[in-house]
Amino acid sequence: MAASSYDRAITVFSPDGHLFQVEYAQEAVKKVVGVKGKDVVVLCVEKKSVPKLQEERTVRKICLLDDHVLMAFAGLTADARILVNRARVECQSHKLTVEDPVTLEYITRFIATLKQRYTQSNGRRPFGTSCLIAGFDMDGTPHLYLTDPSGTYTEWQANATGRSAKTVREFLEKHYSDEAVSTEEGAIKLVVKALLEVVQSGAKNVEVAIMRPNQPMRMLDIDSLEKIVGEIEKEKEEEAEKKKQKK
Amino acid sequence: MALESLHGVERYQHKWNEVQEEAALPEIGNFTNQYQLMMPPLPKAECQVGEYLVDETGRKMKLNYAHGTTTLGFKFKGGAVLAVDSRATSGQYIGSGNVRKIIEISPYLLGTMAGGAADCTYWNRVLAKQCRIYELRNRERISVAAASKLLANMVYQYKGYGLSMGVMVAGWDKKGAGLYYVDSDGNRMPGNVFSVGSGSLYAYGVLDSGYRWDMTDEEAYELGRRAIYHATHRDAYSGGIVRVYHIKEGGWVRISEQDSKDLHYAYAEGKTTTQ
Repeated sequence: MAASSYDRAITVFSPDGHLFQVEYAQEAVKKVVGVKGKDVVVLCVEKKSVPKLQEERTVRKICLLDDHVLMAFAGLTADARILVNRARVECQSHKLTVEDPVTLEYITRFIATLKQRYTQSNGRRPFGTSCLIAGFDMDGTPHLYLTDPSGTYTEWQANATGRSAKTVREFLEKHYSDEAVSTEEGAIKLVVKALLEVVQSGAKNVEVAIMRPNQPMRMLDIDSLEKIVGEIEKEKEEEAEKKKQKK
Repeated sequence: MALESLHGVERYQHKWNEVQEEAALPEIGNFTNQYQLMMPPLPKAECQVGEYLVDETGRKMKLNYAHGTTTLGFKFKGGAVLAVDSRATSGQYIGSGNVRKIIEISPYLLGTMAGGAADCTYWNRVLAKQCRIYELRNRERISVAAASKLLANMVYQYKGYGLSMGVMVAGWDKKGAGLYYVDSDGNRMPGNVFSVGSGSLYAYGVLDSGYRWDMTDEEAYELGRRAIYHATHRDAYSGGIVRVYHIKEGGWVRISEQDSKDLHYAYAEGKTTTQ
């Protein structure tokens, strides 16, 4: 993308129909992976290495929007904080006026509409975040949605966003199947495996959140994570050995 | 132009424009925004319209807001039944004997009318518009709880400005039959049995003595019909045609529309034969 004169103002289209500012915003995001199983949804984010003196708990990339909605974001944390606040208020507003919890589609549409507004007004820049929104509707069906800085939203069975998302998505396309994610352990393993394709291996570099219908969100503790990462490493070694033997 | 105005020459066109302006309609706010109603030219503290009116001698006129009507609704095993009369009165004068007091909000939502006919009709129609928009946006039907809450919130904004309505919102949604009472004071209550209007006292008598959850459909229609008939018999402000509707899984169905006069003679016959 050549830096042309069309990329200064957000509200100006380029001759081939691009909004360059929005596309630049998509470069800002880092890596997030999400997977939807039969009755579980799993979100996994890359945890940046934290300086020694920093409190780990202040960097939270997975947030709870309501009892049944989880959001992981990639990109500018400050932008995401605003979105999360507005979404949390909207979840409660909806419960007040409609006497029902939000559906995943509704809250995704709300966040996406909010993002779109900032691509069509002057003096403001788009939100530099991509959000993966996961959870269960009232009737127990799981959903996984992805929104991007332009304000579009799409539903997925498994997806990744951020830098090198293409590699992760290809891995997921190869290895995602209904049986692989029919159990909770299967889903978690798939997600962690996918993220470890592009992230330095180690339980310290990933953060995993799990949600089941009508149950509170669970963050995997460091011990379970190390166990899973250990299993994945072992499987990788076994596969590498098999290949060697075949040759 | 400038030379003309200097010499005080008025062109014929000027007058033509003036006439046009007078004939032009004033900006009617609620064509574009249904929530933008014209306020009475009174400060809010004096906006209780009922207390403000005076007649030629200066005596304060009391507006009768007793909701001259009888409407009732109840839930039972087979869904929900709504029954209404059809008389509209302004004071002692019977304005109409054939008013449709059940408003069809959507194929599976009904609203009843009690109080000011204009208020009920207007706000029920705005509710119908909101329900349809909800359905299009969310690709699923609105629940009765949400629809009644929309109406209650709409009307609450005008609390104290003289709206008069006591409606029941009834319908079918994922949780089965729903019945809510909403009025212009801001009340909103779910319930199994309601009756609204000046004749509600008489209707409650018949309704409460005959009501059971596991009635058959026919028994339920007859109960509603009888309750309204007895109210029209004793209450001067209720009368006309007794309409009965049934709300079940596929939506609402119109059951019967019978003149209360005919019902009177039919029931009377039943009494004489048993004697």
